[in-house]
Amino acid sequence: MFSLESITTLVQDWLNKTFPPNLALFFEFVIIGVLAIALFAGLGLVLVIMERKVAAWIQIRLGPNRVGPKGMFQSLADTVKLIMKEGLTPDGADKFLFNLAPYIVMMVAMLVLAPIGFAKGFHIWDINIGVLYVSAISSVSVIGILMAGWASNNKYSLLGAMRSGAQMVSYELSVGLSVLSIIVLTGSLGLNDIVLSQQDGWWIFKGHIPAIISFVIFIIAVTAETNRAPFDLAEAESELTAGFHTEYSGMKFALFFLAEYINIFIVCAIGATLFLGGWMPFHIGHWEAFNHVMDYIPSFLWFFGKTFFLIFLIMWFRWTFPRLRVDQLLNLEWKYLLPISMFNLILMTLVSIKGWHF
Amino acid sequence: MFIKEYFKDIYSAIRSLLVGMRRTGYYFTHHKEIITQQYPDNRLELNLPERFRGEVVMTHDEANEHACTGCSACELACPNGTIKIINKFDISPEGKKKKAIDTFVYHLELCTMCGLCVEACPTDAIKMANTFEHSVYTRGQLTKQLNKPDSKLRAGVE
Repeated sequence: MFSLESITTLVQDWLNKTFPPNLALFFEFVIIGVLAIALFAGLGLVLVIMERKVAAWIQIRLGPNRVGPKGMFQSLADTVKLIMKEGLTPDGADKFLFNLAPYIVMMVAMLVLAPIGFAKGFHIWDINIGVLYVSAISSVSVIGILMAGWASNNKYSLLGAMRSGAQMVSYELSVGLSVLSIIVLTGSLGLNDIVLSQQDGWWIFKGHIPAIISFVIFIIAVTAETNRAPFDLAEAESELTAGFHTEYSGMKFALFFLAEYINIFIVCAIGATLFLGGWMPFHIGHWEAFNHVMDYIPSFLWFFGKTFFLIFLIMWFRWTFPRLRVDQLLNLEWKYLLPISMFNLILMTLVSIKGWHF
Repeated sequence: MFIKEYFKDIYSAIRSLLVGMRRTGYYFTHHKEIITQQYPDNRLELNLPERFRGEVVMTHDEANEHACTGCSACELACPNGTIKIINKFDISPEGKKKKAIDTFVYHLELCTMCGLCVEACPTDAIKMANTFEHSVYTRGQLTKQLNKPDSKLRAGVE
């Protein structure tokens, strides 16, 4: 059966046989870096065209349909346009911070990629504190956004960045608490252990109602954390032109744009790993025959299928719901999501202690 | 009491969100009924809605007669001075002077296609046409005379 694990072991064995260990490790770093950048570029192209097509279909339009078959190369053409454009730095801006900010946002997105398991035995770095690592690193991106807003020396940018900061800091709490409820069940922070614990069913089915509640809270909170509509107050194009990236153009703008989509992919991948079993195929308890049939579908297909399902869900939100006001946004977090997820965590702990889950 | 309100809020919020998502999900899955038109491609068989507001035209019948009495209600109704009515006085066979329209001047470059003139017209002499390709090379071409040359008021229209 085709598996990515055999390819990685093959490459590693060959590198270790041919080169001294340090050089082999260096080559592995290079390969991982190239693969990560390739994944980012591919994801950027796919997600942008997917978003535009989903938007068009939901609004009963056709969407981009000129470049390539059914407009599928539209995002490629957009990328070429963005590369050609001049990356202007405004006169009044803080030049160093202004140019640094997009790279920080992008670097955060890259770092968070490390502990995610893309397929069986196919991950960059299997650390035993994967979930903690992800939640710690992903909060750094707010620094990049604040930096962009401040360095632009523009009122719109600064307002957008401040809103974004308030939003990300507050919604991180409910993301953390809803993630914790799954940690309580598995007893491990490693993403690989969490996937393996879902061998006989995904947590969203095994964990009863508390798991479903925490899944809903997770999806709402990550939509807010990635600054997507209906929580896109940070860019709110009708109020703040484009929020923190008003002054950016060309490739620097493209980096922010790409980072937004990469962040969506990452949070959806985390959500898929925690609630929908990551790369684990759809297994039901002890139905050996059924489980065996499901195993024939490669694990990376399961992973990307679940992730893209969640991405579609978030896109569906964006093109359905109207944008919230700032006070509504903070009310939702502090008065509804946070108390509910705290209560839900207690409930989940009870379920876990009593062993009521399957 | 407060707790009850709280959970009622949550319930109604989730319900209304799901209703919205069902609506957009319906549109997403029923992709055949698109509402946009592939404009330059279907230029020959354009299918515009009945109430599409292009430019103001004056309807003339086969005898080159229109229904405009020159009352200038449209001129008064127009919010940005698009219409200018120039009247003349016809001498009727009985020797009476009668007001009639000489020139209905229409400045397309000023028109916002709001349709207030059509609503104001007491005799339904003007209407909004379905045309929308208004580009011309000089500005002067946008100033139009809506009543055709040698046209006259239809008998019986007051």
